[in-house]
Amino acid sequence: MNWFSKLVPSRIRTDASTKKGVPEGLWSKCGNCQAMLYRPELERNLMVCPKCDEHMRMGARLRLKTFLDEDSGEEIAAGVEPVDVLKFRDSKKYKDRLVAAQKNTGERDALIVMRGRLKGAGVVSAAFEFSFMGGSMGSVVGEKFVRGVNAAIEHREPLVCFSASGGARMQEALFSLMQMAKTSAALARLSDHRLPFISVLTDPTTGGVSASLGMLGDLNVAEPRALIGFAGPRVIQQTVGQTLPEGFQRSEFLLRHGAVDMIVDRRQMRDTLASVLAMLRGEQQQSA
Amino acid sequence: MNPNFLEFEQPIADLEAKIEELRFVGDDSEVNISEEIARLEAKSRSLTESIFSSLSAWQVAQLARHPRRPYSTDYIEHVFTDFQELHGDRVYGDDPAIVGGLARLRGRPVMVIGQQKGRDTREKLHRNFGMPRPDGYRKALRLMTMAERFGLPVVTLIDTPGAFPGIDAEERGQSEAIARNLLEMSRLRTPVLCTVIGEGGSGGALAIGVGDRVAMLQYSIYSVISPEGCASILWKDSAKAQEAAAAMGITSARLLELGLIDQVVEEPLGGAHRDPEAMYRTLGDYLFNSLQELDTLDIRGLLDARYERILAHGNFRESA
Repeated sequence: MNWFSKLVPSRIRTDASTKKGVPEGLWSKCGNCQAMLYRPELERNLMVCPKCDEHMRMGARLRLKTFLDEDSGEEIAAGVEPVDVLKFRDSKKYKDRLVAAQKNTGERDALIVMRGRLKGAGVVSAAFEFSFMGGSMGSVVGEKFVRGVNAAIEHREPLVCFSASGGARMQEALFSLMQMAKTSAALARLSDHRLPFISVLTDPTTGGVSASLGMLGDLNVAEPRALIGFAGPRVIQQTVGQTLPEGFQRSEFLLRHGAVDMIVDRRQMRDTLASVLAMLRGEQQQSA
Repeated sequence: MNPNFLEFEQPIADLEAKIEELRFVGDDSEVNISEEIARLEAKSRSLTESIFSSLSAWQVAQLARHPRRPYSTDYIEHVFTDFQELHGDRVYGDDPAIVGGLARLRGRPVMVIGQQKGRDTREKLHRNFGMPRPDGYRKALRLMTMAERFGLPVVTLIDTPGAFPGIDAEERGQSEAIARNLLEMSRLRTPVLCTVIGEGGSGGALAIGVGDRVAMLQYSIYSVISPEGCASILWKDSAKAQEAAAAMGITSARLLELGLIDQVVEEPLGGAHRDPEAMYRTLGDYLFNSLQELDTLDIRGLLDARYERILAHGNFRESA
């Protein structure tokens, strides 16, 4: 390190030599402002950068743990596992991809569903694990989502889903496409029972998940600056052959075009959704 | 090369050319060549049968996209009568990539809705190559709920490379439009028949593809992503489309075997475009008979069966 580098504050140093010495897992770098953040601190702040408010991606378990009242969550359909009936193989076998993803994430597939409480009120909540094959929706995701809907109907509780997904899981071919119909049909039943569904769209939610359960909320809520859309930006760029407008397919763009009801900071998510759900329940409040 | 024939059909094209030639000479020749023509025609027929009995998924994809294949408007014109086209989503515009309206199927009034690719360049551009925008899906939903109100069955014809991936489509909520149709079609209180007539491209196809019976014409395809798209993402090479087509299992025979569709509607030898009249008759029969079968169910039975069908799709195992 030369004399000049020493003068530069550590959090704006980005060259390879400084990355080297960082112990794995203890520090995270903010993708937006490059600040080095102490991981436990960052998790306490719900994976939101305290320096620039960037909403970083968040694992499904941490999401549900921090969204539901402390220790209230009980997992639904935890034992549902993927099977490769097509024996699909591209450059790798789907079976091997599954094993690798399961090893990396410790999850069986890309959706976790729990029944728990939000500020005391019962709620069923689902969260996509983006690090499991891009949060892609295959048969297991579809089935677990439907089980979540069924639990909500059985207990007459609302459903809140945090999506983060690149879309359908190609390795399950048409079975994955049919999960769009399956999850949407289940949501029709939920709506027939007059139970609320809140869809929280987090970065990124595209393709088959956005074009099914993602956009079907009674309320669609987005986290700040999340990428949300049907087609990926690269595909659109190739199709239209022009530069995409600034902020295209970000939460703020969707709010402007009427696709989402509100953008909510992750740190206000519990308060906001609890308030909305209480009103949808028709709960009266003593006027001050 | 004869543009009427695909690459793998060239041996048939060569035979057909020979037959044409013989017919031409036949007029001023003394030799009786009608026997020879008959022999070659029989040969051409058996050659076609043998080629078509073992098509690869990729070859079927080429047939499904054949430029002479009948499109939705052809079926609407020849399978149905009294078609009254209805336009517009009542919100933004009228999307020519989806055609819909009232029509009679052998006398019986129905609502027919189909994706339309366009035959020549001008029509292709007008129809956006059969890639609907949100306005198209919302028009389809408007017509479907109208059909529900007046107790008319809904017949959809699926033929699209996919929903349009464009800036305006995103601005007007492509995802929401597709999702809304999936939800509403699952509980539409009238019989819904969906048939893939050519290309069933992903969510853009499914958005008019949820119903009581999902059928495919024999040489149509249905997939979560185009073989080219799948190849470029998973193999990082769009030239691997043939492998991707095979791996995904996009043909009617395979999807029937997997239980993902209910019926394969047989095509004339060589494909629908070789004998459109025969295709119109077969499809008309299938649609008419299916509606009569569904008539025997009351609305609750119809909706429960539809729901169970939709929820049955998927493979997983469950451990403790």
